[in-house]
Amino acid sequence: MGKQKNRLNFIVGISLVSFALLLVIVGIFYTPYDPNEMNVLAKNQAPSLSHLFGTDYMGRDILSRVMEGAFTTFFVGIATVIIGATIGSILGAVTGYFGGIVDEILMRINDAVASFPSILLALVFVSILGTGKYNVILALGILFIPSFARVIRSEFIIQKEMDYVKSASLLGASHIRIIFLHIFPNTKAILRSAITIGFNNAVLAEAGMSYLSLGVQPPDASLGRMLSESQTYLFGAPWMALAPGLMIVITVLGFSLLNEGGAWHE
Amino acid sequence: MKFYIKKLITLIITLLFVSFITFFAFQVIPGDSAVAKLGMDATEEQLFELRESMGLNDPMFVRYGRFLKNAITGDFGTSTQYNVSVGSLISERLPVTAWLAALSVLFMVVISLPLGLLCARKENGFLDRFLTFLSQTFMAVPPFFLGIIITLIFGIVLKWFIPGKFIPISQDFGGFLSYMVFPAFAVSIPKVAMLTKFLKTSLLRELSFDYVRTARSKGLKKKQIMTKHVLKNALIPVITFFGMLIADALAGSIVVEQVFNLPGMGRMLVTAIANRDFSVVSAAVLYIAGIVIIINFIVDMTYQKVDPRVRIS
Repeated sequence: MGKQKNRLNFIVGISLVSFALLLVIVGIFYTPYDPNEMNVLAKNQAPSLSHLFGTDYMGRDILSRVMEGAFTTFFVGIATVIIGATIGSILGAVTGYFGGIVDEILMRINDAVASFPSILLALVFVSILGTGKYNVILALGILFIPSFARVIRSEFIIQKEMDYVKSASLLGASHIRIIFLHIFPNTKAILRSAITIGFNNAVLAEAGMSYLSLGVQPPDASLGRMLSESQTYLFGAPWMALAPGLMIVITVLGFSLLNEGGAWHE
Repeated sequence: MKFYIKKLITLIITLLFVSFITFFAFQVIPGDSAVAKLGMDATEEQLFELRESMGLNDPMFVRYGRFLKNAITGDFGTSTQYNVSVGSLISERLPVTAWLAALSVLFMVVISLPLGLLCARKENGFLDRFLTFLSQTFMAVPPFFLGIIITLIFGIVLKWFIPGKFIPISQDFGGFLSYMVFPAFAVSIPKVAMLTKFLKTSLLRELSFDYVRTARSKGLKKKQIMTKHVLKNALIPVITFFGMLIADALAGSIVVEQVFNLPGMGRMLVTAIANRDFSVVSAAVLYIAGIVIIINFIVDMTYQKVDPRVRIS
């Protein structure tokens, strides 16, 4: 029963992710139209054969813009996760392994940061750093450090008591060797899962910030920004909202199903 | 008693920490309120004089102390974009956000409680699987997209409300609430999914305990056991979840206010950031963060009241 469900999750998840990835990768090399090309004659057109997802209020092809926007989304998501996971894992590993006063202080700060609505902190960051793609990545990357640190830390606390660590230490392995060569590989499964969840959260946060016009800025296409532009034309051209919105849902749902389906836990 | 004191001290330290970070964050930005007031053409001497009179030349800790004192008395200075006191701006907008968040949390609980019970009653039954599927899907929908869809379906197609309209509290409370229902749904639905799942897991864990079998063997009906024994225990872990839910509801409100054009804290914060109106930004951040921290404190207190085991561990 459970296995079957996992299988279904996996199949649906992998299909959705492949679809999203396909759009992104194809979009790097080819889009049906220039995503920024305006066409006064083709404003607010409903989906048709020449414009599969219709056109927006400036006559731009929505499919092409979704492809470009999805690329930005993936770019921000992946970059954020790289920053958060790298620094977070190292912090979590060191604090979990050594414990002590540094661990205590970092965990307190961690708790304080975690109790905040993360979008609030992200907004504070961009209000100081300024908006734009790279500042969003920096803000979200820093904000995601604690969540990775927490996960890796708790795993290290469990692992460091295990026999293989003790025997490695008896054989004279240094702390650094134990942390990185012995324990770290054993946190892989949990790290993969944390990365998937982190990626999804980054995608949702970026979309939210761009929707508020405080995230990715034009000329970079962004799904969140497309959604906020679509609102004025919701009455006459609802497809303007549906295409970018569904793209976000497909991406996030795909990855969370993959995660649930146990794709990562082999 | 020791537990309360420890928690209270943690609360105060966290609040101080947050206020310091908020204060410090806006110190790093180039250009201060003297520049903002006099504009770019002001001479060095004019700037120096104004800074002196505003106390901006004092050491940082003196300024932080002043900031803290002002924050406690509710004086956050003047907004550069509206030219009114930040305090009055907040007192106007806080109720909107507070009602929106409260209504959202109410919806979360009212919807997910029966759903969780239904799912737990028949694990892996049709309903359970269907709801799991639904909840997984909704978790992937950003609240503002849900808001846009709600506007499309209920505002434009069904015409149940006028998109973009807002009725102030003071004018007509009933009307105000009826216009809050839709945004509150947009905030709460993605979280309902999470809460239902959490509740289901918690209920199933309780159901596996021996006391359930005992109750069953002494002749109690399944329904009675569920509502009288199991639910009560299963709700305890949910309480810790509550602080997070409220934080989520507030975070969701920040974005959803924009979708439904509600004049709350979120919209104020967003326009203030766009206009670089930093006294408003820091006040809004401090308020929202403070509310979250205090609610978490209350949750902690309630939790240990309900489950005394927490005090010992």
